[in-house]
Amino acid sequence: MSAAAPLLELVEVRAGYSQPVVGPLSWAIYPGEVLGLQGVNGVGKTTLIKLITGAARLFGGELRRAADLAITHHWQRPERPPELPVTGLEMLRVTGARATALPARLQALCGRCLDEMSGGEFQLLHAWGCLTAPASLVLLDEPTNNLDEEAIELLLAEIAQRPPDRAVLLVSHEAEFLQRACDRIVSLCP
Amino acid sequence: MSLSLAWDPLFRLPLATALVLAAALPLIGAGLRLREQWLSSLGVAQMAAAGGVAGALLHAPLMLSALLGAALGGAARAFVGRSRNEHYAVLLLAGWSAVILLALQDHHAGNTAMQLLNGQVYFIALPHLVGAIVLVAALLASGRWLARRLLLARLYPDHFQANRQPAWPHELCFEALVIAGVVLGISTMGVMATFAMMFLPPWVAFRLARGWPRALLLSVLIGMLACLAGFLLALSFDLPFGAALVAVLLLSVPLRLVPFRFGRPGG
Repeated sequence: MSAAAPLLELVEVRAGYSQPVVGPLSWAIYPGEVLGLQGVNGVGKTTLIKLITGAARLFGGELRRAADLAITHHWQRPERPPELPVTGLEMLRVTGARATALPARLQALCGRCLDEMSGGEFQLLHAWGCLTAPASLVLLDEPTNNLDEEAIELLLAEIAQRPPDRAVLLVSHEAEFLQRACDRIVSLCP
Repeated sequence: MSLSLAWDPLFRLPLATALVLAAALPLIGAGLRLREQWLSSLGVAQMAAAGGVAGALLHAPLMLSALLGAALGGAARAFVGRSRNEHYAVLLLAGWSAVILLALQDHHAGNTAMQLLNGQVYFIALPHLVGAIVLVAALLASGRWLARRLLLARLYPDHFQANRQPAWPHELCFEALVIAGVVLGISTMGVMATFAMMFLPPWVAFRLARGWPRALLLSVLIGMLACLAGFLLALSFDLPFGAALVAVLLLSVPLRLVPFRFGRPGG
């Protein structure tokens, strides 16, 4: 795995907003890898995700991205639009996510509008849309929030079946989920 | 009320222009509602009216000065970043205040203000119809590309930033369509009727339709039917078109109470 060029490499990175809240730290994620970030609340896991997406600032060190890096990002609390006539199927299609041969649980969401879904259903659909979209790096920030056991198993199965070149960076406070999903886990310390 | 009135040669151009705009404005309004910027159409409309009245004071062409006013409103939106309806409320209050204060400065400016606030559908010329057709053509040409990018930005808000893809092409395109629609709308129907046309049909359609294309089609259908009914109502009873149109559009609002959505849940 380390023979391939990393999709993303953090070198002595310090990141934050008006001031640094995390770092310095160094790690890299490679094609095909599932890397977990764990740590207590407020340690800066989501800030690192936001650094990658450009929403947080780099205060020191270096963030190296592969030239052809394509990202999808599942937010920690994806906002469900209050009244929007977009169906689940249309939401999957907008990212180019896989919309065929879906598990029955997701198939049932395809014909419903987003505002007709529960918070957990929308969370599952959003995470699925990110996981199966044609991206080289999938960022999943606390994807198990609001999900029941069956939905968590669906995500774990899809992570396991991902294309060989697709990497997943996973932030979760659930140690068991990280252990089952990840090839490698980085622990952030306060 | 008779349909034959609508085919009177005197009224063909106004009706055709209003109907073409009635197809375009709800589509733009649907985009604004998707972005939760529905109040911005009224803010931009008031700024465009202020621009038009300021242009009248300077003896500048009406459409050009209204476009400049609307563009100023659009620039103000861009300046404050991700705008919210509070910003649009400030914009519309500023525009309204400017219209009233500038209209008092001379007779011509006062007449222009009245035309833009109330509409002048019976006095429009061929360029208005051509402009409306060009607007619809631009919406059709950019529709699929623009809708996908607006939906992507709404559902995955940092997609473009995370992938270092520029968002300005679709932002600029959508802003230009809003400005063009508003300026054509206020110079034809008036400020409030333009706002109603961009706000009410999508509001009703978003509640009633299942699926994005259906919502767009229903918005257009409501807009065009209301436009035709409002036009005939105004002609039959010698009413101002803008007010008649808004009254008819308001009749569609109770449709929001229908307890189901149109469209097969299976997709």
